[in-house]
Amino acid sequence: MQVKAKPVPEIIPGAQHPMEKFLRTERIPHIWCAGCGLGTVLGNFLYALDELAWDPDSVAVVAGIGCTARIPGYVRLDTYHTTHGRAIPFATGLKLANPKLHVVVISGDGDLFAIGGNHLIHAARRNMDLTVICVNNFNYGMTGGQSGPTTPLDGKTTTTPFGNFEHSFNLVHLAASAGASYVARWTTLDGRRLQRGFMEALSHKGFTFVEVISPCPTNYGRRNKIGDGLDELRYYADHAAIRHGADPKETEFVPGKPFLVGKFVELDKPTYHEMYAAKVAEMTGGKK
Amino acid sequence: MPPKATLSGVHFMNGDEAIAEGAIAAGCRFFAAYPITPQSEISERLSWRLPRVGGTFIQMEDEIAAMAAVVGGAWAGVKSMTATSGPGFSLMMENLGLAIMTETPCVVANVQRGAPSTGLPTAVGQGDMMQARWGSHGHYEIIALVPSSPQEAFDLTVRAFALSERFRVPVLLMTDEVVGHMYERVEIPNDVPVAPRRRPTVPPGEFVPFKPGPDLVPPMACAGEGYRVHVTGLTHDERGYPDMSDETHDRLVRRLVEKILRYRSEITFYEEIGLQDAEVAVVSYGISARVAYRALALARQKGIRAGMLRLITAWPFPDERVRALADQVKGIVTVELNLGQMSREVERASQGRVPLSGVFHAGGRIHTPEEVLAGIEEVARAG
Repeated sequence: MQVKAKPVPEIIPGAQHPMEKFLRTERIPHIWCAGCGLGTVLGNFLYALDELAWDPDSVAVVAGIGCTARIPGYVRLDTYHTTHGRAIPFATGLKLANPKLHVVVISGDGDLFAIGGNHLIHAARRNMDLTVICVNNFNYGMTGGQSGPTTPLDGKTTTTPFGNFEHSFNLVHLAASAGASYVARWTTLDGRRLQRGFMEALSHKGFTFVEVISPCPTNYGRRNKIGDGLDELRYYADHAAIRHGADPKETEFVPGKPFLVGKFVELDKPTYHEMYAAKVAEMTGGKK
Repeated sequence: MPPKATLSGVHFMNGDEAIAEGAIAAGCRFFAAYPITPQSEISERLSWRLPRVGGTFIQMEDEIAAMAAVVGGAWAGVKSMTATSGPGFSLMMENLGLAIMTETPCVVANVQRGAPSTGLPTAVGQGDMMQARWGSHGHYEIIALVPSSPQEAFDLTVRAFALSERFRVPVLLMTDEVVGHMYERVEIPNDVPVAPRRRPTVPPGEFVPFKPGPDLVPPMACAGEGYRVHVTGLTHDERGYPDMSDETHDRLVRRLVEKILRYRSEITFYEEIGLQDAEVAVVSYGISARVAYRALALARQKGIRAGMLRLITAWPFPDERVRALADQVKGIVTVELNLGQMSREVERASQGRVPLSGVFHAGGRIHTPEEVLAGIEEVARAG
């Protein structure tokens, strides 16, 4: 049977993306699949930056490796696409060598919590002045859909063909336990809240963390009968409940069950830079 | 007025401390490392020196993170460095490759100890010389310097920063446990030139971040300077954008190699000792060259005209000098604390023109002059 393709909407001549000033438009089209949530994350990140109205040259965006880690490549700022899992220590060096920079890490769950897990917990422990945005799609999308530290029990992936039997991380609980001073979770359905969450995280001092639950229809969604990207957004609409201030322990994500989104941690505590500066001042008798 | 950073004057310090002071004198203001013997004195000294001169020291969670932070620090516009030993050097290979691909100036000191694996944490070795050359994945050229004394550890640290800035490449300081821990006179000059970073000469908008200059090295725009550069470990075009074509890949890798090899005569340093009339040549470096120096005198007492080519730069290797030496002498003896690594380069460069021999020890102690002498005598007899 011949399937008739849906007509592709025409590109409106002369039309611009509202955030075009922050985009490397010469690199568009992007590499992401239809129904992927990364465009939503990128868009809302740029809206957040726009609303913050910082000097764009004071913002550096760092990523590791993976689908999410391709975000900085489309952003017209100082952007660094580093090695797998190492975005946070690279960002740490960038921030320590030039504390005036606003340094943002955007990467995926596998990059930040498997290969880069050690760096994440230590940056959180130090309360390093970084914002980490973790897009969680429950699998390794770039390499074809393997299981990762966030893959739910019984999740089907290319390396768990019989269903995943490893326990998974709750990223919110882990980031909070490691010492993050701001922890939030949203889904790609929550456009406005996502933007607000990014703005809060970027403005809050210290190590701030936002988990974004996002569809991967090509790999995870398809193998787990979630449907296409829109079906997964419907799933979020049906299952996500906003509960600010919820105990991070209670934010576990279990397929088929309701899960919590919102702002869970917002603490005022001294950052690495403040602690370092205080110690140097103490050592040099207040003289710089 | 802030205190002068460079510790000018005459000091009694060990090689590790000399590396720390060399870094400060060279303008290094960011140092990230993870504890490992026998480089501890480098980190410990910089942990109290750097905050006093407006720099930053951080002890990272592992050597992977230390190397990543150093690459990040360099992209913030600051001269950056790390120090380690064999096990940590292995962990740094991943981001050393990132530094090569992204053309990031930085310095890595490896105070070599007995290996493989945990090996001999507190005892000398020179077994990482080939790892320095080929340890990260892919085809590349790198610069590695090998000091033989605390004074040279200071001098070569300063030179390492200068070379890293000029060629936009990580420079390895391949010292060893004995040079690291031996105390000697170290003279620090009044004025140590701080190598400039190669800056863009055009405004943002006109700047093409990875378009090389005539010497194949592109100027570098760092974070926060308004150039809005994209930097990636992926194969990239001159704009810095990923390009998966084989043409771009081949062109990029060839340039990264060629920007070093074209200038090897300005990078590859060595010292010639008694080579003018030599019939036997020793090739050695680091602490092994110090022992071999004594053996040259013992050989001359026995009537063997022995001389030495002491490597100061291990990579790129002085191919031409060794080839010329091969045409002059009856035999070449390589002396090193491994079972034959730089000796392979001697073999390659001498192209079968001369008998070769090696005085090797896997590490844990330095050679005795008598062992080196025996090697010299053997070659002299065979010749």
